[in-house]
Amino acid sequence: MIALSQATIYGLAGLAVFGLGLMGVLGAAERLRRLIALNLCAAGAGMVLIAAAWRSPPAVPDPVPHALVITGIVVMVSATAVALALIRRLHSLETDTDD
Amino acid sequence: MTDVMPDPLTLAILLPLFGAIAAFLLPRAAPAIGLGAVVATAAAIAVLGHLVVQAGTIFVPLGGWGAPLGIELRADGLALAMLGLTALIALGVGLGALAAFAGETEVGGQPMARQRAFFWPLCLLLLTGMNGVYLSNDLFNLYVMLEVISLAAVGLAVLGGTVAALRAGLAYMYASLLGALMMLLGVGFVYLQTGRLDLAGLAGAPDSAALSAAFGLMLVGLALKTALFPLHFWLPEAHANATAPASALLSALVVKAGLYILLRLAEAGPFPGEAILTLMGVLGTGAVLWGGVQALRAERLKLLVAWSTVAQMGLIFVALARAGLEGLSDSWRAAALLILAHAVAKAGMFLAAGRIKDVIGHDRISELDRSAVRPALAQLAFALAAISLIGLPPSLGFIGKWSLMEGAMMAGNWHWVAVTMAGTLLSVAYFTRALTGFLRFDRVRAPLDEHRGWALADAPPVVLAGLAVGLGLAAGPILAVLDLGTPFGAIP
Repeated sequence: MIALSQATIYGLAGLAVFGLGLMGVLGAAERLRRLIALNLCAAGAGMVLIAAAWRSPPAVPDPVPHALVITGIVVMVSATAVALALIRRLHSLETDTDD
Repeated sequence: MTDVMPDPLTLAILLPLFGAIAAFLLPRAAPAIGLGAVVATAAAIAVLGHLVVQAGTIFVPLGGWGAPLGIELRADGLALAMLGLTALIALGVGLGALAAFAGETEVGGQPMARQRAFFWPLCLLLLTGMNGVYLSNDLFNLYVMLEVISLAAVGLAVLGGTVAALRAGLAYMYASLLGALMMLLGVGFVYLQTGRLDLAGLAGAPDSAALSAAFGLMLVGLALKTALFPLHFWLPEAHANATAPASALLSALVVKAGLYILLRLAEAGPFPGEAILTLMGVLGTGAVLWGGVQALRAERLKLLVAWSTVAQMGLIFVALARAGLEGLSDSWRAAALLILAHAVAKAGMFLAAGRIKDVIGHDRISELDRSAVRPALAQLAFALAAISLIGLPPSLGFIGKWSLMEGAMMAGNWHWVAVTMAGTLLSVAYFTRALTGFLRFDRVRAPLDEHRGWALADAPPVVLAGLAVGLGLAAGPILAVLDLGTPFGAIP
């Protein structure tokens, strides 16, 4: 019973992290902040799925959600890299034209 | 399928992927590799078409591992029609890109040589993702392929390298990533509910509140990626500021991936109930009206074309929502026809708009009626594409709108007929803004630097726009192809 509530706590915390990230994505004005907020969303989503895959000790956790989360992380890392490159390029272009 | 000969389904995904890698490694040979890969992919799709015509639906378990544990590819009539159309558009836009990136320098952006080198890997990667979406048979594969598409699409959107394109591209990327995360969460919840990821597993799933919530998350994610009103905010700037061949690919193909996944989800069922369908129709109506009004107000030609994409996507959602007596098993055909019609016409239209901008030197609508040279063929292509998008007979757009309205009338849904009519009138109005400039063209007296009247670059937009009109005459065969393997069950 304690174990079950533990997984539930992690799941709810994950949802809360996702929500915080969502607020940042929709609310923040700075590009970098929004990107970090998106990463927060991804971490929250991962936490929810991993918490949901957890089973109390004699049984092993369900590996399929883990596979989903790992792929999600890979996608997020590469997308973050692309977004950072775009932000940097945009920054240098904007400072050039301001001079 | 034997182990030695790769089957055409796998080839349709792997050929453009390998082509993308080769084109990236050998930038000087990128155009040749790119066109070669597109032609080879088209050949694989032709072979696949032969198989589908003979056998109906084809399944290929990758590596011998079938569903539900392994990954399975599936091809039926709907997938075949989308694959064929995508290859056709990739070929047309590719030929257009050869001409568009032929010059040397671009003012205020990336050097042409760089654009030329990077267009092909991105275009082929996009083709990989699109074909992957069409052939996927499980939710997770669909998510991965959507991400392949969106990374390639962001690259294409910022290819021009201007500040405006980069800003729009970044906004697009954020919207797309957020949509992807919602999709991932939705896919995860579906798995936790049903214990399966393949689409066939959805069919047997009992309808529950949790499953509806999971579907809801996926729908919001897909709506973000398809730019359904009011989540369309990223689309007009991203599509209008990209270079013409990139805009053509973004508008014609990328937004269709989300719609296709919606169609597949609807096919697998249990689709969220009547309330969600009606909501999709209402939001689609919003898109038709708002996109139309914004297109009327747009000051630049490419922005007008981009807003018309928002309106047309709305129309497809209306078609999906309610276009037939039998619900989705009827209305998917109208939606599929409209997807095909919009893709061909919009590819031709964006290429034509790009040509007009190249020749005249700007794309401000109020000044399109005068310049030293007249881009006559590009104007013709634009007009032909507009005919299909407005839905005048005998174009493919007409067939799509006809089946939408016929279905809605049969089901007694007169309000959807009214929406379609309003959208049609709006599209006549906003395209007329551009077309009057073409008809009342004044050639400005100016020293002509060199002959720029007729060029090979005019051929792809004219051919694509001509197809958008001409394919309407082939509506019978197209419908027959869509029904191969009877997606959505038996033909009513």
